[in-house]
Amino acid sequence: MVCCICKEKPATVHLTHIEGDKMQKVDLCEECAKNKGVSSTPDFSLADLLLGLGASHEIEQASGGVELKCPRCGFTQADFKKSGRLGCPGCYETFGDGLEGLLKSMHKGTRHTGKVPESLRQTRDTSERLKTLQQKLAKAIEEENFEQAAILRDEIKQMTNRLAGPVST
Amino acid sequence: MSKIGLNEFLVSPAETARRRGPHDRIVMSSRVRLARNLQDGVFPGWAKKPERLRVLELIRPAVESLPELESAFSQTMDNLSALEKKILVERHLISREHEAKNVGSGVVLNRDETFCVMINEEDHLRMQALRPGLQLRQAWQAIDHLDSALEEKLNYAFSNELGYLTACPTNLGTGIRVSAMLHLPGLVLAEQINPIIQSVNKLGLAVRGLYGEGTEALGNVFQVSNQMTLGESESTIVERLEKVLAQIIEHEENARASILEKKAKMVYNHIGRAYGILANAHSISSKETMNLLSLLRLGVDLALFPDVDRSLADELFILTQPAHLQRQHSEKLSAEERDLLRADMLRERLKQVSRPNIKLGGAGDAGLDKAGKS
Repeated sequence: MVCCICKEKPATVHLTHIEGDKMQKVDLCEECAKNKGVSSTPDFSLADLLLGLGASHEIEQASGGVELKCPRCGFTQADFKKSGRLGCPGCYETFGDGLEGLLKSMHKGTRHTGKVPESLRQTRDTSERLKTLQQKLAKAIEEENFEQAAILRDEIKQMTNRLAGPVST
Repeated sequence: MSKIGLNEFLVSPAETARRRGPHDRIVMSSRVRLARNLQDGVFPGWAKKPERLRVLELIRPAVESLPELESAFSQTMDNLSALEKKILVERHLISREHEAKNVGSGVVLNRDETFCVMINEEDHLRMQALRPGLQLRQAWQAIDHLDSALEEKLNYAFSNELGYLTACPTNLGTGIRVSAMLHLPGLVLAEQINPIIQSVNKLGLAVRGLYGEGTEALGNVFQVSNQMTLGESESTIVERLEKVLAQIIEHEENARASILEKKAKMVYNHIGRAYGILANAHSISSKETMNLLSLLRLGVDLALFPDVDRSLADELFILTQPAHLQRQHSEKLSAEERDLLRADMLRERLKQVSRPNIKLGGAGDAGLDKAGKS
């Protein structure tokens, strides 16, 4: 098959344009394709296919141009782009920020509301309560309710110590 | 742990087909799968062989020690032959992805095929509870129980924010996939299947073919499952699927009643021809067989084959699959040879089945040609 523009070189780039139920085909050689502005490698990856267009791009953006690499397993953004999956549980911490938007479009919510492993249930409840207390503290300070703020601060300190304390097996 | 080979361990398709469940006229089976990973492991797709083996050796004994899996079949994927793996796929016990696994992956399943655990598939653990008919809630409770028992022996990767951590972000949170296999010949014949699929999709549920992701709807069998796993509780997801399935069941029954009323001849034509080909062919592909057996099954549902039980169609559905056929013969069969043997088996099994008992006359004659001949 010969390029339909220069009619000389063999056609290696094949474009199919579909609009409604009409289909047009164009066969170009590498050079003519480039001249016409057709890039030979599509700008999306397996990650985009599996997780939605823009997934890998979003992760790249979040890292601010720095190539992120998981310290635990060595997984990189490029790896994610290629496979659409992550390398290890630690990757979620490394690439966490970039996944936020992705998860929003993929799921009903970005916060887990289902089953929690028994052993982690207590610490999870405590961290939830801690978050609420910290929000209350910020509000108390804003309202200049320093007495209340002091009480909250002590409660938070107690809870943080409990979380960090010896975990019973 | 069972020490016998897979072939001896698995029950016959006749037995599998005889398992009954609620609404199994339309809902053939229910499944709930949970994805779990170890906190200190590398996901299977990224892990090298030594790491996969390490994880497998950690998980396997933990799974084998569960009371539900006492005397279960447990094997590593590199110790299963290609044929054995295909058999497991044909029985919907393992995924096509797991079939491709070798060293470093394993499978544990119990004899009545109500539990199957895949180790190092896409995640470290893919555990599933399967039940005949519409039993999503029971399947969820069963796998929840298994998961809680396993959680005491293994250190799961779990984040307060994102829930259970999985290799693919699409499974984060609950890591749950709730699904059911539906037989919907009525909706297909009434040409109403596409709007149904579309409205199911709008609810955030996926509709797939017989073998899951990316497969076509063979034998009028459709798999409906949830797609989102994060941000909702497991019971909410299960309930949503139950509600949708109840509606689909109603639509299917209505479609069957409707085509019998308005296009009876068309229906009888399809069923009659299906019977004719199945009972008399000398060469038949598995694809054609599945589609014709679906019509036979519909015929049974419509009481056109009074001395046939639905389980015959379901049993033949499994027996005529390529690997199940090959398993009956010691020499390697080519596709053409399978087609011949498949036809032989069908002629034999349908020898005692008389042609469909169709009572004509009255409203059932609607749909005749314009000349009005009867």
